[in-house]
Amino acid sequence: MEMQEHPEVQPGRRRLAQFILGGGFLASVISFLYPVLRYLVPPILPDLGGDEVVAGKVGELKPNSYKIFRFGSHPGLLVYTADNQYRAMSATCTHLSCTVQYRSDLREVWCACHNGMYDLNGRNISGPPPRPLDAYQVHVRGDEIIVSRKREA
Amino acid sequence: MLNVIRKWLDERFGWEELMAPLRHKKVPLHKFSAWYFLGGMTLFLFGIQVVTGILLLLYYRPSANEAFESVQYIMTRVQFGWLIRSIHSWSANLMIFFAFAHMFSVAFLRAYRKPRELTWVSGMLLLFLVLGFGFSGYLLPWNTLAFFATKVGTEITGQVPLIGRQTMVFLRGGEEVTGATLTRFFGFHVALLPGITTVLLLLHIALIQRFGMSAPPSVEAEWAAHPEKKREMSFFPNFMLRELMAWYIALGILGALAAIAPWELGAKADPFAAAPAGIKPEWYFLFMFQTLKLIPAKVGFIDGEILGVLLFGLAGLLWLLLPFFDRGDKRSARWTMGALVFVVAYVVAMTVYGHVAK
Repeated sequence: MEMQEHPEVQPGRRRLAQFILGGGFLASVISFLYPVLRYLVPPILPDLGGDEVVAGKVGELKPNSYKIFRFGSHPGLLVYTADNQYRAMSATCTHLSCTVQYRSDLREVWCACHNGMYDLNGRNISGPPPRPLDAYQVHVRGDEIIVSRKREA
Repeated sequence: MLNVIRKWLDERFGWEELMAPLRHKKVPLHKFSAWYFLGGMTLFLFGIQVVTGILLLLYYRPSANEAFESVQYIMTRVQFGWLIRSIHSWSANLMIFFAFAHMFSVAFLRAYRKPRELTWVSGMLLLFLVLGFGFSGYLLPWNTLAFFATKVGTEITGQVPLIGRQTMVFLRGGEEVTGATLTRFFGFHVALLPGITTVLLLLHIALIQRFGMSAPPSVEAEWAAHPEKKREMSFFPNFMLRELMAWYIALGILGALAAIAPWELGAKADPFAAAPAGIKPEWYFLFMFQTLKLIPAKVGFIDGEILGVLLFGLAGLLWLLLPFFDRGDKRSARWTMGALVFVVAYVVAMTVYGHVAK
């Protein structure tokens, strides 16, 4: 669009008017985009279940077997060992977040995705996992097996 | 920088040649010019619907168990979710209003005359599609009002002779309105209708580009008699800038409406609860709803409902073919003007009556 020259309008004033109009327009566009950008961020879901969960019942597992239980929104691994002990740990592999399982033939925790191995304390012993699995505490209360997070020292 | 890009495109596609019609397009200036804004406004609101609709899809879940809860989640938990959904609802209603206003203004200015008959037909089909968007989108929050509105609306479809029953079962995904209906309506609303609408919209706009803006017959006659009185404005950029300004204001109004009067969600649909008292369809279906209520149960040997549905079908068809009845002479002008005034008066009166009636 061609600007018509008006000799009575000084360039300084025109620049000021353009600045105010353009700046106002830009500010309004930002105010339109802001809610959209905030909308795109999903709300944080509270991690239901807290620090303690009933992982199973006594007698549910045979020796040398395991189950996956829900710990909040994450899976947990409960192992009943061949020498009749309960072990619980996070079931999320520290490599790329697959869910691990207990191998009764090897008596170790194994991740099927990339052949990662952990011992029954959750320590990474072979394969790609960079860190141990978070180990949980296990208590038996009545006939319920209670799993809780270890308190940070 | 922009010039470099334009030159690059021009060397390959003949950009300047492609854009030439836009530059030559003129908008006639006369006392009715303000009506030219209505189509663009409808288009803008459609754009708002596309954008906010895609945003709602990020959180919405189309199943009878989750739909209501997911909309509730959008309204209460997602940041600015209430704003996005309210704008979608307000903009939907305003889009339907502007589509009707655009249609009536085109009819009154008789802009559908030769060679623009197909522009009118494509526009009318778009109007039907917009009503389809309204009807299908209304069910998606899965609340009581939506549930019964859909029940009644699809039941009316079932009254149509011969094909009615099959159409109803097709729309509902069964004999009753259930979660299967919700899944279908969701598919219609976000895939089928947008697809068809996009194609028709492109055709509609291409036809308008091809023929340019129509000046009403009275203005055309005056300009033919006094060519020095003819006044026009370039579409690009002059008219375009004015349109953008109107759109900008419309966006502001939409935001204000959504903030002052956020759309309600109501109660979750319960297929085994009684319909609430005073239940009515959305305002844009009220004139048909009220008419059907006024027709007696039996007219002669034919069912009142069936008669009403047939009459509306016939009226819609005649309306779609309006340009082919207007022969462009004085007699046609009087006839169409009379019919138009009657239709507008009827629709407005019945809408108001339907609104106040118990």
